Amino acid sequence: MNMKVNIAGVEWKNPVTVASGTFGSGEEFSEFVDLNRLGAVTTKGVANVPWSGNPTPRVAEVYGGMMNAVGLQNPGIDVFCRRDIPFLRKYDTKIIVNVCGRSTEDYCEVVERLAEEDVDMLEINISCPNVKEGGIAFGQNPKAAEDITKAVKKYARQPVIMKLSPNVTSIAEMAKAVEAGGADAVSLINTITGMKIDINRKTFVLANRTGGVSGPAVHPIAVRMVYEAANAVRVPIIGMGGISTAEDAIEMILAGASAVSVGTANFHNPAVTLEIIDGIERYMEQQGFDSVEAMTGIVK
Amino acid sequence: MTRKREDAEILSQERIAKDIYSMWIRTEAAETAQPGQFISMYTNDGSKLLPRPISICETDREAGSLRVVYRVTGKNTGTEIFSQMKAGDTIPVIGPLGNGFPYERAEGKRVFLMGGGIGVPPVLELAKRMKCDRKQIVVGYRDEETFLRDEFEQNGEVYISTEDGSVGTKGNVMDAIRENALEADIIYACGPTPMLRAIKKYAEENGIECYISLEERMACGIGACLACVCQSKEKDEHSNVHNKRICKDGPVFLSTEVEI
Ligand SMILES: Cc1cc2nc3c(=O)[nH]c(=O)nc-3n(C[C@H](O)[C@H](O)[C@H](O)COP(=O)(O)OP(=O)(O)OC[C@H]3O[C@@H](n4cnc5c(N)ncnc54)[C@H](O)[C@@H]3O)c2cc1C
Ligand SMILES: Cc1cc2nc3c(=O)[nH]c(=O)nc-3n(C[C@H](O)[C@H](O)[C@H](O)COP(=O)(O)O)c2cc1C
Ligand code: FES
Repeated sequence: MNMKVNIAGVEWKNPVTVASGTFGSGEEFSEFVDLNRLGAVTTKGVANVPWSGNPTPRVAEVYGGMMNAVGLQNPGIDVFCRRDIPFLRKYDTKIIVNVCGRSTEDYCEVVERLAEEDVDMLEINISCPNVKEGGIAFGQNPKAAEDITKAVKKYARQPVIMKLSPNVTSIAEMAKAVEAGGADAVSLINTITGMKIDINRKTFVLANRTGGVSGPAVHPIAVRMVYEAANAVRVPIIGMGGISTAEDAIEMILAGASAVSVGTANFHNPAVTLEIIDGIERYMEQQGFDSVEAMTGIVK
Repeated sequence: MTRKREDAEILSQERIAKDIYSMWIRTEAAETAQPGQFISMYTNDGSKLLPRPISICETDREAGSLRVVYRVTGKNTGTEIFSQMKAGDTIPVIGPLGNGFPYERAEGKRVFLMGGGIGVPPVLELAKRMKCDRKQIVVGYRDEETFLRDEFEQNGEVYISTEDGSVGTKGNVMDAIRENALEADIIYACGPTPMLRAIKKYAEENGIECYISLEERMACGIGACLACVCQSKEKDEHSNVHNKRICKDGPVFLSTEVEI
């Protein structure tokens, strides 16, 4: 039996990575998780310059999930390259760098800078709902999504994963647009825009008013979207949204994902990724699948 | 890879005031826990995913156990679930987390140990460990439910304030200091932000070294998600912006390091 997956030419030892923004650059979680066991580590979004992010409160718990409006706080690409890449390179895992920006030029600057660096894949976040200027502006319009994919691809040396927003009418159309722009893979879903009101204080719970909903509550929506995207494009899909058990991950794979990311569940149990990897392996053994690929998208 | 979320055994659970509970748990965290550090406590209810950060109130290293004192904040909350658990049950926890109070700096000095509301519990372990010239414990409550008071009295001079004036000084901990004409060379404080803001101002106006323990909503509790930041005076080395993580760089900060 073989847990390896090949995502756009990059071989991961298993199909499990962590969702951007929930795992930092791995250092804090490395006390709880042997990073060598992960298929890949996907890092927190990084921009060309440092971003301070949103005011607090930045997170809230909701039934079966959470909301966040961290606002892409990040130390900027210089510190990231100097500190975080060397840290992750000590481990036998793939490095996926998530990139954010406010303009096409911002994204391209980061991607160009990373071309020189020893990282394996780039994930371009065009779907952050928590930052006005950036991200989502590209993620809700197929033409804009295609254009930014093309622009980024010009500078990229590593395979490019375009990260899609669920806050759209047709996820299939968005997936096709980034595929047409040259994306090597797509990942989805980013968080779904939500709102929570404190009825005692009679105001918004999050300082940003709205925030992105994630966690088990969004899982069925994510499975549906992965299914639709997988049936619309040929490039591999990295599925995420509410995965907290091996069963959730397997569902996503059967719907069409070639690999999966675990996000919010890391907050409930920092070692959950290891349980998910072991659980997928057990399922494959029991069900007689000899590769992850053989399971991908078989539910039609 | 050296740490994990563990299932800690509940050794005892007791209601010590209205909505205030005291729980002793057996946990590996007891071995190294410092006053001012906290543990993340989790429910087993899948609809409530995020950790509840709760301060360490007391430790018993030999028994490998520690005590938390917490407020049930409302109906259908995580803390309500905690309050219904019994001795023998297990509760998932991670800890100890964050940085505690540097209590060795109090040696030979006159000290204020200040706690307000649900910021009172961590003051107990701090008072027990601290060696100093004059240990003035100044704690503020809402009303006559002055939980942990007896234990404080065994560990220092105790001054109490209550919002309704039923015990001690009517008002807050700053009013208690004024009424009793107390003085200190170093301050340690934990409580609601308005109280900490007043203490920080007082300390800075009087040139007193002051450590405050801050509170913010958390998601990871270990420094990875950037949910729990506060503003720092100088650019922070880790974040490369003027933000520090309360869970990892705090919760205890030197008052002059942060803007609150
Ligand atoms: C470092 C630190 C130490 C603390 N120590 C104590 C203590 O010793 N005793 C005590 O009673 N309380 C303490 N608190 C406050 C305690 O964390 C909250 O009261 C508790 O999380 C509320 O959870 P709930 O299940 O009652 O409420 P819910 O409404 O069910 O909580 C929903 C979410 O909001 C979060 N949340 C709600 N209020 C707060 C708050 N004030 N601070 C941070 N997160 C919050 C919860 O953690 C949870 O994720 C501490 C907070 C921090 C940051
Ligand atoms: C606290 C937090 C921070 C996040 N930060 C980012 C980010 O920087 N870049 C990004 O592309 N997605 C970010 N996300 C979205 C996640 O990567 C993921 O797409 C989403 O949370 C759904 O997965 P989950 O339900 O498993 O968490 C963040 C999510 C959370 C909860
Ligand atoms: S709660 Fe995640 S960084 Fe503090």
